[in-house]
Amino acid sequence: MFKHLKNPLLFWRRNPLLFWRRTPLTRYTVLNRNIIIIMLLITIIPLTCMLIINNFQYKTHLRNQIMAPLYAMTEKTRHSFEIFMDQRLAIMRFISATYSVEKLGNEQVIQKILTSLKKERYGFVDIGLINAKGDLVSYVGPYSLLGKNYSEQISFQETRIKGQYISNVFLGYRKYPHIVIAVQVIRDDGEIWVLRATIDTDFFDNLISSMGLERRSDAFLVNSDGILQTNSLYCGNTLEKCPLKLPSKSFKSQGIETKDANNQDIIIVSSGFSIADYILVIVQPQSVALKSWYALKTEMLIIFLISLTIIVFAIVQMTAVLIKRIKTSDEHRESVLLELQHAQKLSSIGRLAAGVAHEINNPLAIINEKAGLMLDLIDLSKDFTQKSKFGELTRSIVTSVDRCRKITHRLLGFSKRIDVKIEPIQVNTIIHEVIGFLEKDILYRRLEVNLKLSETLEPILSDHGQIQQVLLNLLTNAFAAVQDELGQVDVETKNIENNGIEIKITDNGCGIPDKIIKNIFDPFFTTKKEKGTGLGLSISYGIITKLGGEIVVDSTQGKGSVFTIVLPEKTNIMES
Amino acid sequence: MKNQKIKILLIDDEEEFISTLAERLELREYLCKTAGDGQSGIQMVEKEPFDIAIVDLMMPGLNGLDTLRQIKEINPDLPVILLTGHGSTKDGMEGMRIGAFDFLIKPLDIYALIDKIKLALAAKAPQVKS
Repeated sequence: MFKHLKNPLLFWRRNPLLFWRRTPLTRYTVLNRNIIIIMLLITIIPLTCMLIINNFQYKTHLRNQIMAPLYAMTEKTRHSFEIFMDQRLAIMRFISATYSVEKLGNEQVIQKILTSLKKERYGFVDIGLINAKGDLVSYVGPYSLLGKNYSEQISFQETRIKGQYISNVFLGYRKYPHIVIAVQVIRDDGEIWVLRATIDTDFFDNLISSMGLERRSDAFLVNSDGILQTNSLYCGNTLEKCPLKLPSKSFKSQGIETKDANNQDIIIVSSGFSIADYILVIVQPQSVALKSWYALKTEMLIIFLISLTIIVFAIVQMTAVLIKRIKTSDEHRESVLLELQHAQKLSSIGRLAAGVAHEINNPLAIINEKAGLMLDLIDLSKDFTQKSKFGELTRSIVTSVDRCRKITHRLLGFSKRIDVKIEPIQVNTIIHEVIGFLEKDILYRRLEVNLKLSETLEPILSDHGQIQQVLLNLLTNAFAAVQDELGQVDVETKNIENNGIEIKITDNGCGIPDKIIKNIFDPFFTTKKEKGTGLGLSISYGIITKLGGEIVVDSTQGKGSVFTIVLPEKTNIMES
Repeated sequence: MKNQKIKILLIDDEEEFISTLAERLELREYLCKTAGDGQSGIQMVEKEPFDIAIVDLMMPGLNGLDTLRQIKEINPDLPVILLTGHGSTKDGMEGMRIGAFDFLIKPLDIYALIDKIKLALAAKAPQVKS
């Protein structure tokens, strides 16, 4: 209960009403905030950097791992396409080399060839021979194309120049998507004719569907102009323009990441054919391709967030503890400083007061003697005009000098704190003595004084006269604070820990306003104007401190004040 | 009156104070002589007899306690009342230890001084009679 009295200044600080020298709360708030920010930055920046680097590295690594099978699949499928086309081209070259133009012009012969081809190799739809003018002179197949002129078609022109040709998918006269494989047939007279076969593109779709693509993935063929050569899941049907921006044609597999028409992230892997103007394209949404990456990324993010939460919690808690310690240490330091300042203040004011009092005392003594002499002379003189008036004025001077004398003597007493005489004392006895001095005041003003003195109060080693003076000061103040007839002053004593004693003087007077409570122990601070010197509490504080005790005040304006004095069992005097 | 015979030596550096005090005491039938410093006071004690000496403690040159010591060397029976402007009992107590009869604090109450003078003389009286 009395632990708080160990340090009166700390006690004042704990009590909001008495909190003088308030430490700015914002200072600790700012410090708290700054430490948290700095610690968060120190911990979170490396963590975030690590996360970003890991993210990047894992992504690159996983991407490579994910892309590699895609590349392989693209290569493999392209290769299958090329083998398919190359085989058909080889067969055509073989026929053109084996059969003469005349024989190929014979419908029965090419009918036989077509029958063999269909039997041996899948995809052949028809076969025909075009003369040097571009006219289809021989044809077997499901359509009636005989006599049609192909001189304007690229396949005819390209074949005559390059010797062989594989077309893109086109509709042609048949109005059905197909491709044409054509080779030169050179007549004996050197005229260049063209042997031309149509291949069913159904095979393309079969080959693509046999790739074993993941769901939501798309694969198709385009030409270098971006025209779809097969049906696509997302990009349209054969011979439509592919809406995706594809990488430029390359014979090696290459991949890009881009967005589709729906703004979805996709991976495009493409590989160009060397044998014809085809590009095999595989389109895979990133959500599918990088499924494992996203799972890892989510895990990493969860771990990061958990770590972040733990870090933030730890930092906030640690900072709170740190700030609390700093605050406690600051308060302790400040209270020590305050006590030191207070002691220094009292000491310097004491020296000043002693000097002033001594210097004033001599002229005061002269005034006193002169005024005394005047009084003597007036008394000895016969009656003269206004003798009584002169007498009255001179006595007034003597009275004022006496008042000054009391002040200077108290000042001198304050500066020296008077000589201390340590002896065993019974504080209850001193209280009775002091109440005895004030008895007339108590009776005259009809005040209620309650003595709650401990019957088992231990005697202490201290200074009788000084404690008497302190009690007299405090009780005089208490009586001054209370109203006539209603005033109540309680004096309580009790034994406390370490064999010390506590004296508590409680009044129901006017109380001390918050704004002046910090000054009440300062010398010359008074609210009583002419009635007080402002030294009573200052002297009391000095005495109690010198006797090794503590004096604290707790006051509520309008309700009253409580002065608590704690005195040790034994006083160890330290001369100041 | 007995007072007419009582001869007081006042030693204080405050001329205004000492002359006025002397005058007031003389009005009360005492015979007063004044000295402005300790040294001249001692010389006066050497030259003529006094019934009592009143000495200020704070004086330039020879201070009150030293003056007291020298007076006591010359005339151990001469009662000395010390005056102090300090309000301190310490120097006064020291003076009493050396041999002063009592001490008073400035500004003085003339009646308190006269009481002390009377007490000092009463204390001294048996020796005078013997």
